[in-house]
Amino acid sequence: MVAIHGEDIPVTHSADDEKPGFWARWFYSTNHKDIGTLYLVFAIISGLIGGFLSFMMRMELAAPGIQFFSNEHTYLVFVTMHGLIMIFFMVMPALIGGFGNWFVPIMIGAPDMAFPRMNNLSFWLLPVALICLLISFFVPGAAEGNGFGGSWVMYPPLSTTGSPGPAFDFIIIGLLAAGFSSIFGAINFITTILNMRAPGMTMHKMPLFAWSVLVTAFLLLLALPVLAAALFMLLTDRIEGGTAFFDPARGGDPQMFQHLFWFFGHPEVYIMILPAFGIVSHIISTFSRKPIFGYLGMAYAMVAIGVVGFVVWAHHMYTVGMDVNVKAYFVLATLVIAVPTGVKVFSWLATMWGGSIRFSVPMMWALGFIFLFVVGGVTGVMLANAGVTTYLHDTYYVVAHFHYVLSMGAVFGIFAGWYYWYGKMFGHHYNGFLARVHFWLFFIGVNLIFFPQHFLGLNGMPRRYVDYPVEFEYWNMISSWGAWVTLASVAVFFIVVLEAILMRNKRRVGNNYWGEGATTLEWTISSPPPYHQFSILPRIEDEPAHGAEEGKA
Amino acid sequence: MRAINAMLSTIGAGALSLMAAGAAFAEGLEIGPEPKGWFLQESATPVMDDLIWVHNLVQIIITAIVIFVFILMAYILIRFRESKNPVPSKTSHNTLLEIVWTIVPVILLVIIAIPSMNLLYKQDRLPETEMTVKVVGNTWNWLYSYPDYENVEEWVSNPLDETQAKQVGQPYLLATDAPLVVPVNTKVKVLVTSVNNMHAWAVPSFGVKMDAVPGIINETWFEVYEEGTFYGQCSEICGILHYNMPIEVKAVSKEEFARFIAAGGMPEDKFAGLDMDSPETEVAMNGSAVVAAND
Repeated sequence: MVAIHGEDIPVTHSADDEKPGFWARWFYSTNHKDIGTLYLVFAIISGLIGGFLSFMMRMELAAPGIQFFSNEHTYLVFVTMHGLIMIFFMVMPALIGGFGNWFVPIMIGAPDMAFPRMNNLSFWLLPVALICLLISFFVPGAAEGNGFGGSWVMYPPLSTTGSPGPAFDFIIIGLLAAGFSSIFGAINFITTILNMRAPGMTMHKMPLFAWSVLVTAFLLLLALPVLAAALFMLLTDRIEGGTAFFDPARGGDPQMFQHLFWFFGHPEVYIMILPAFGIVSHIISTFSRKPIFGYLGMAYAMVAIGVVGFVVWAHHMYTVGMDVNVKAYFVLATLVIAVPTGVKVFSWLATMWGGSIRFSVPMMWALGFIFLFVVGGVTGVMLANAGVTTYLHDTYYVVAHFHYVLSMGAVFGIFAGWYYWYGKMFGHHYNGFLARVHFWLFFIGVNLIFFPQHFLGLNGMPRRYVDYPVEFEYWNMISSWGAWVTLASVAVFFIVVLEAILMRNKRRVGNNYWGEGATTLEWTISSPPPYHQFSILPRIEDEPAHGAEEGKA
Repeated sequence: MRAINAMLSTIGAGALSLMAAGAAFAEGLEIGPEPKGWFLQESATPVMDDLIWVHNLVQIIITAIVIFVFILMAYILIRFRESKNPVPSKTSHNTLLEIVWTIVPVILLVIIAIPSMNLLYKQDRLPETEMTVKVVGNTWNWLYSYPDYENVEEWVSNPLDETQAKQVGQPYLLATDAPLVVPVNTKVKVLVTSVNNMHAWAVPSFGVKMDAVPGIINETWFEVYEEGTFYGQCSEICGILHYNMPIEVKAVSKEEFARFIAAGGMPEDKFAGLDMDSPETEVAMNGSAVVAAND
């Protein structure tokens, strides 16, 4: 999609590749690629923790009765922490911190991020935040046990008077740290993208992944301060004799927290999915050997999703007792999001139309992404209708919906990016067969987990239940089988990585191992890229108005 | 839709009659989750009728979209695979196509939005209601009262434990010791609030789910068609026993309701008629009745 002069790409200078020693390189790192790698490793570790929690939940729910969680509070703690860890410490670090750091500077022809030290701070706040969250497991939460069991939405009064112990304070501190990490990251991305594009790289020639991260960064910048404020209000409300923002007995309003939370929470879901949109666009284009269809439409669809994403938050709160006219507005605004989302899906299909499609591993993940995202997206259209959601709110239908767009959308996007850029990041290839086994096991596993949950929700099973009436047994059992298949796929993922590392010297890859379909700047430099790339900035060819979409390397 | 409902109600009724086999208390219509159920619960109110209708309309549209995308994708992947189409085209624009795939979703959304709005307003705008019940969420049970009838005191509706549920032949985690009693064919206003954590009072077959928020009194309404027992569960996380905070509504004839009120609203003692030593109760207590319903 970006046209460049091959000759203008600077060759690696030996000085570009001087790496600092181990400690300085990985702990004081200011290099965007190293920080990206740190983020990816961090996301994998968090993913294991979050995945373990959800696996235990599925084991508990495999049959009616209480199997493992003799203290039901612990189950709620698992539910809470699964959500928080997967969102703040797995998906966001992987997509934004990981791939964003790695590839946004390279794609726009910049040598590094605008604020390398702040980039370092962004990353290192996250382990601190995760440690705070992990500590919360082991300190008193509610009267019934350790840890905070108020779910990731943290609604008061359950999160204030309902959880008096320090566990939730640790979570607040951790999330504030993670929030600042994201805000710093967002400032960094916005500054980098707006100011450090290579000569000739206009906004309308910028690769879609950079666009997606730019929109995401603006969402982070505008949404996370609201979360930080809401969390801080919770913190002061929790102090004995403290504030009473959300305490009705002293004139506060518990619903206000929900508005604040979802004003952050809804943009948050687009924060998690937009970078995946960007990655999938590149992969579809690369493996169809065609420029992306409707580039400008694709870019501005993301902008539209980002903008509209800010004015639909209360569709998470249809049963809270809002005025009916307010609900009507949120129904209509929410339905509108289906339009730019549809533009994206159809543009991906149109990109493939007439292409020369190769079913490489990243393409499998991208195709899986599109199909599953459509399935998860259309149930979103169902849930947009406040009338119907009166029935479906807080049931497993909602769980199925958001796991289809996140556990399948965002996570398929992550794996697509991982297998697309693995060679670029680490300089060697993985075993394609094993990677396909990983794909198919994961695809079957997550579908088996989450598709039956639609049925559970339609049949009325509420969320966050450690035990359920026997009527719900059948589909829960099938859903739990899916957890085993997914567990196997995670094991295969680690085998893929391990095997690739062991075989690294036999599978070195060149600059552009995907061939002519891959046209963005990262494919013009070596794999792995030099420690400092673009010490001479690349120059992007000046082309006629529509060149951006039609150009090729 | 009617056909689906009829089919589902047949399945449901079959299962429930099995369940009621060893039952002393639960007779007649009983609506709650169904074993292996994969669809909305049966409707017991006009709002739920409409809700099912809108759900089915949207479901048909979204299923069609998924099938369309799937077929289109399959066609593209087969027709334009590398071996079949080695030379890719360079097309990256088609204004007409882009307009079409923007306009068509808009039209579909309008088709969805109109009945959806009708449902929303019907559900939310209270008609002239004939009586009021007050529902208070507590950790972890429900308090019910009738503001209209001062002689009836507020009572607590506690969940039945597993053994008790088997004794009375009702489903565990759905049955309570003292259900909310309402008359049929009466528009009932429900005031919902909470005294501590948030809860949500939900009866799926009524199309009702309303958060119980401390300091705020929410309103909703329902009108039950038929006498029977209707189950729901707390639908807003409220702490450790969130899962064990069932809602049971018993709809009775207007005459019976009048008698119930006149008698001071004493909840029926579900265990009164049970002879604990009778073989029938033994069977129920050993759990075969409930298990059989789910095999």
